[in-house]
Amino acid sequence: MLKSLQLEPEKCTGCLQCEMACSYENEGVFNPAKSRIKVFNFHDEGRFAPYTCTQCTEAWCLHACPVEAIVVNESTGAKEVIEDVCVGCKVCTIACPFGTVNYNTDSGKVMKCDLCGGDPACADACPTAAITYVDSSYTGLDRMKSHAAQTVPKT
Amino acid sequence: MAWQKRILRVNLNDQSCTEEPLNMEWAQKFLGQRGLATKYLSEEIDPKVDALSPGNKLIMATGPLTGTMASTGGRYSVITKSPLTGAIACSNSGGFIGAELKQAGWDMIIFEGKSDKPVYLYLEDDVASLCDAAELWGKSVWATDELLHAKYQDPLIRIACVGRSAEEGCLYASIVNDRHRAAGRSGVGTVMASKNLKAVVVRGTKGVGNVRDPKAFFKATSEGKKTLADNAVTGEGLPAMGTQVLMNVINEVGAMPTRNMREVQFEGAAKISAEAMAEPRESDGKPNLVTNAACFGCTIACGRISTIDPQHYSIENKPEYIGASGGLEYESAWALGSNVGVDDLDALTYANFLCNEDGMDPISFGATVSAAMELFGMGAITLEHTGGVDMSFGSAEALTISAELVAKGEGFGRDLAMGSKKLCEKYGHPEISMTVKGQEFPAYDPRSIQGMGLGYATSNRGACHLRGYTVSSEIMGVPVKTDPLVTEGKPELVKSFQDATAAVDSTGLCTFTTFAWTLEDIAPQVDAACEGGWTAESMLEAGERIWNLERQFNLDAGLTRKDDTLPARLLKDAAKTGPAKGSVNRLDEMLPQYYSLRGWDAEGVPNDETMKRLGL
Amino acid sequence: MRHVIIGTGPAGVTAAETLKKLDPGALVTMVGDEPEPPYSRMAIPYLLIDQIGESGTYLRKNNAHFKEFGISHVEGVVESIDQAKNQVHLGGGTEIGYDRLLVATGSTPVSPPIDGIDHPLVSSCWTLEDARRIAAVAKPGANVVLMGAGFIGCIILEALAKSGANLTVIEMEDRMVPRMMNDIAGNMIKDWCEERGVSVNTSTRVESIAEEGDGLSVTLSNGKSIPADLVVSATGVRPNIGFLDGADIKTDLGILVNRQMQTSDPHIFAAGDVAQGKDFSSEEFSVQAIQPTAVEHGQLAAKNMFGLKNASHQGSVNMNVLDTLGLISSSFGLWMGVENGESCELLNKERFRYINLQFCEDVLIGATSLGLTEHVGVLRGLIQTKTKLGVWKDRLIEDPTKIMEAYLGSTHAIGHNAKIMK
Repeated sequence: MLKSLQLEPEKCTGCLQCEMACSYENEGVFNPAKSRIKVFNFHDEGRFAPYTCTQCTEAWCLHACPVEAIVVNESTGAKEVIEDVCVGCKVCTIACPFGTVNYNTDSGKVMKCDLCGGDPACADACPTAAITYVDSSYTGLDRMKSHAAQTVPKT
Repeated sequence: MAWQKRILRVNLNDQSCTEEPLNMEWAQKFLGQRGLATKYLSEEIDPKVDALSPGNKLIMATGPLTGTMASTGGRYSVITKSPLTGAIACSNSGGFIGAELKQAGWDMIIFEGKSDKPVYLYLEDDVASLCDAAELWGKSVWATDELLHAKYQDPLIRIACVGRSAEEGCLYASIVNDRHRAAGRSGVGTVMASKNLKAVVVRGTKGVGNVRDPKAFFKATSEGKKTLADNAVTGEGLPAMGTQVLMNVINEVGAMPTRNMREVQFEGAAKISAEAMAEPRESDGKPNLVTNAACFGCTIACGRISTIDPQHYSIENKPEYIGASGGLEYESAWALGSNVGVDDLDALTYANFLCNEDGMDPISFGATVSAAMELFGMGAITLEHTGGVDMSFGSAEALTISAELVAKGEGFGRDLAMGSKKLCEKYGHPEISMTVKGQEFPAYDPRSIQGMGLGYATSNRGACHLRGYTVSSEIMGVPVKTDPLVTEGKPELVKSFQDATAAVDSTGLCTFTTFAWTLEDIAPQVDAACEGGWTAESMLEAGERIWNLERQFNLDAGLTRKDDTLPARLLKDAAKTGPAKGSVNRLDEMLPQYYSLRGWDAEGVPNDETMKRLGL
Repeated sequence: MRHVIIGTGPAGVTAAETLKKLDPGALVTMVGDEPEPPYSRMAIPYLLIDQIGESGTYLRKNNAHFKEFGISHVEGVVESIDQAKNQVHLGGGTEIGYDRLLVATGSTPVSPPIDGIDHPLVSSCWTLEDARRIAAVAKPGANVVLMGAGFIGCIILEALAKSGANLTVIEMEDRMVPRMMNDIAGNMIKDWCEERGVSVNTSTRVESIAEEGDGLSVTLSNGKSIPADLVVSATGVRPNIGFLDGADIKTDLGILVNRQMQTSDPHIFAAGDVAQGKDFSSEEFSVQAIQPTAVEHGQLAAKNMFGLKNASHQGSVNMNVLDTLGLISSSFGLWMGVENGESCELLNKERFRYINLQFCEDVLIGATSLGLTEHVGVLRGLIQTKTKLGVWKDRLIEDPTKIMEAYLGSTHAIGHNAKIMK
C-alpha cells in the first residue's frame, strides 16, 4: 500500500518545524527558504496551511520535463528530481498546476518533495499532527477533490 | 556551531554597513543574545550616555539556538540603554525575524550613531543597505509592513519596525516584528526612532548549519519537545488558553493588581479571561479567539489570534480592524483591563491591536493610563488636561481614546507617552507612580507574592516579571511549591530564577519553556549546537555572570541601592482582599540577604571576589 | 495495430510511449530525420555552456529505452504520405505502412528575407548540429549578433553571453520577448540584459548581412553597421508541413486538428509544434510550439489513435518560462488581458520584480511575472481550473503575490486550529 502525506491545515500553528526538518533533510541546514513544504499564513483569518506536492497521478512535472530528470520512485510513488540530470530549464515549475515545484537559484536546479524516500521528515517534525504520512486510501477523498479541482472546470 | 560568527555593524552617521567577526571568546562567557549583546554594549558605550542621543547604541541579537529546530528557537533580543529607566534595556521577542536574521547569515546587528534622515535597513543574506524611509516615516507598524511587502514583492521578508508612538517620543515604545510580536519593554523602540531608523527588513536564504553534533542535537531537541508536549502547562494550558490561563488563577490568589495597584482582585476578571475569549459573542456568534499561533519553531504555540466584535463601538467605521490579529496575552489583558478597571473584552482587544499597530508596550501604556485615572480621580488631572476625556477608572472609552492618542502622539496622549513616573511627577504626585527604576509593574502584586517583590526591586531593567518568574514556584509549584506569603528562602529563589533566566534569554529559546524545562533540559541542546562544553552548571554560572554584568552597567550609569525598591503603596498599604489580605511586601526582610547571596556589599555593589569569581 | 509516428521530439516520443502502455501488442515505429537519439531542443542552451554533454539533451537517458519499450526508431526523411494505401514514403524508396499515423514533425526556424542570410556564418540555433557550429565560433572576444529576442532568442541569449562573446541583440519589436511579455516586462528584461553588458537594440531590423574580411558586417535599420564573427538567427519558427504539399490534409499555419488531435484524414493525427491544437484560453485552434503542449498533444493523440473514448482536448494553456541571464520570467494564458477584463500588477523596477494578473470576472485568465521562482505553476493551475476566486480576486488585486494563498483559500477547506479551547 502506497502512503502519502496527509495535510490537515486546521491543526497547523505555523511554527515551521516542518520547513526546518525538510531543509535539513535535503540541504543539511535549517533553512525554510529551501524547504519543499511550505506553510502559508492566512493572517487576517488567523489560519495556516502547510502545502506540498501531492505526488499527483497526472505527474505534470514529470511529463513536462524535456530531459527525463523527474522519475517515479516505484516504492514510494514519489516523483523525484534527479539533480544530475536536471538542466534547470524550469518548464516543470510552470507545468505543475499546484505550484509545488520550485527553482533553486543557488543550485540552478528545481526542487520538489520526494517524500524523503518513504520517511518524510516534515511529518516526524510536526508537533500537532497537521502533517502525517498515512496509507493513501485515507487521503483518497481529498486527492480526488484536489484532482477534480484542477481537471473539471467549475461553473 | 550553529553560530554564523558574523556581526553586521550599521553606522547611521555615515550610513555604512560593515561586517565583523563575532567575538567567540565573549560568546564562551556570555553565551549569546542577552548576555553577549550586553557585553558588547558595555564595552562600546558610556553607561552614562543620554539614551536618546547618538552616543547610545542599539543591538539586535540572536542566540546560538535561534533559527534551529530546537523548540521555540526563534527568539531575538534588543539591547540598548533605556530612555524609560536609564538602566540597561533588554527586550526579547519571538515571531520570525530573529530566525530570519540568523538564516541571512548574521548573529547580531549593532546600530550606532544617528541618521540625518529617516532610513530603514534592508538585509538580504550578505547584502545590507540603508534605504530612504521618507515614505515610511509617520506610518504605523502595520502600514509600514504593508508598504515594504508591496515594495519587495516577497511575502517572506520579515520586518521589525517602530510605529508613530516611537517617532513622537513615547518613552515606552516597542519594536514590533511580524506585525504583532514585540521587543516590548523599556522603550527600545524609542531609541530606534531616535536614530531615525524606521525599520529592519530581513530575508535570509542561507540557513543555519554547522550544528556541532547533529546526532546529539536531534536527540536533545526531540526529547525537549516531548517534555514540552507532555507537560500540563506547555502541552495543554498554554496552547489552549495562552498566558491568559493565568487571569482567573492570579485573581483567585489575590495577586491581580487592580486600579493602579490599589486593590489586588478585580471583580471583572472573568469577563476578560481566557475563558471569556473562547465564549461566542452575541453579535456574530464567534468567539474573540480565532486560533492559537506559534512563533518560529515553537511547539508550544501560546500566541493568541483574535478578532474584535464587528459591532463594537471602538471599530465603528474602521474596517481595517475587522480581521484577525494578535490577541490578548495575560499581561496586556491585565494592563488594559483590571489595572484600569475595564472589563470590556473588545475594548481591551482594540487597545491591544493599537499597541501592536503603533508599537507601544501595553504594560507601560496600561499602567500609565491607570496612574492618570488615579490622578484624575484625585483632581490632579482635569478634563482640561485630558481634552475633555473622562479618565475615570472603568471607562472603556478612556482606555481606547488614550490608546489612539498615544499611538499618534496627539493631545493628552503626549502626557501619557511619558510613562507613569514622569506623568505623576508632572502632576505633582510621584507616589502614585507604580514603577521600579521608572518602569511600570507587570501583573503580579508583590504584596501577595513576596518573591516577586524582591525580583521587581532588583530587576536590572526595572519592574519586570521576566527577569525571575518566581510565580512559577510560589503559585504554580514549578519546580517546587513555595508559600507566596513568606519571605524566608525567597532571596535564594529569586537569585536562582534570575540567573537561570539570564542564561535562557541568551540561548535563543523562549522563557516559557521553563514551565517544563530546567537548565538540565536546555544545556544538552545548547551544547550539541555549539562549542563550549555547556552544562546546566556552566549555563547557570553564565547567567550569574550576565546578571552581574547588567548590574555593573546600571551602577556605572548612576543607579544605586536606592533604586532597588518598591513604591510605598506596596510596602505600606496592605492588600484589602483575598488570601493575602492584610499583607504588604516585606522587601526589607529579603534585600540584605539577597545582596549577601549575590556577593554584593551593603550598597549593592558586587565585591571584588564576586567579580573575580565570575571573570568580570 | 500499426502506429507510425513521424518525428522524434517530445510529442512523438510521448505518443509512442503512451501507445505502448495502452496497447503493448501494437507495432509502434518512430521516424526521425536526425542521426542522434531523440533529444530536447530545450536543453541545447545548457549544452552550449557545457553544463551538460550531448547525452544530457536526450529525451530518454537509457540507451536501450526505446528497444525495451518495443518502439522501433527509424532514421529517415518522410517525403510523402500515400493516404490511399496508408503508407509513408521515405527517401530512398522505403515505405512504411500504418493503420494510424501521427505527424509530429515539429517546426523549423524561418529565414527572414534579408540579403546575406544564407551566408555560412549565419546560423539558426535549433539542432544539435547548429549548437556545435555556434559553440565553435562563440568564444571570448568574438562578435556575435543575435537576430530576434523572442522566446528562442532569449533562451540562447544566456549561453551566448556566457561564452564571453561580445553580444548584440537586434529585435524588430519595441521590447524583448514581445509575444510573451507586455511592454513593462519586456523592457525590464532589456534593461536587465543591458546592465549585464549585452547590447540590446529594439525597434531595429537587420537590413542586410555582408561578408567583410574574415567575418560579416551587419547593417541595421538605424543606419549603423556592426561587425560580426557570427550571426545567430532566431526570428521565429514555422510548422514543418512542407512534405504534406499535395496531400489531402487540411492545413492552415499548421495542421488542422480536432479535439481528438485528428486531422481531416481520420487515420492521421498531428501533435506538437506542427499541430494547430486547441488553445485553452482563446478556445481557438493555433500553433503554440511549446514543450508542455507538445507532451499534452502526444498523450492525447496516442489515446485517440488507440481508440480511447472521451480523450478530448480541453485546450492547452499557452505558457513560457525564461531565464535571461538570471532574470526569471514567465507568462501564462491571456497575459495581455481581455476586453472588459480586470487586472492588477505590482512593479519594482530596481529589484526587477513584477507580477501582473489578468482576470475575467473572478477567474484568472492570464499572468506575467518577473523574478518569481516560488510556486509559479499555481498560476497555470488557477487559469486551467477556471477556479472561481470569489473574495480572493479582490485580495489578489490588493496583493498579487498571494497566489498560493488564493489557490489554497479558494479550493481547500482551510480550517481553524483544533487546539484552541472548545
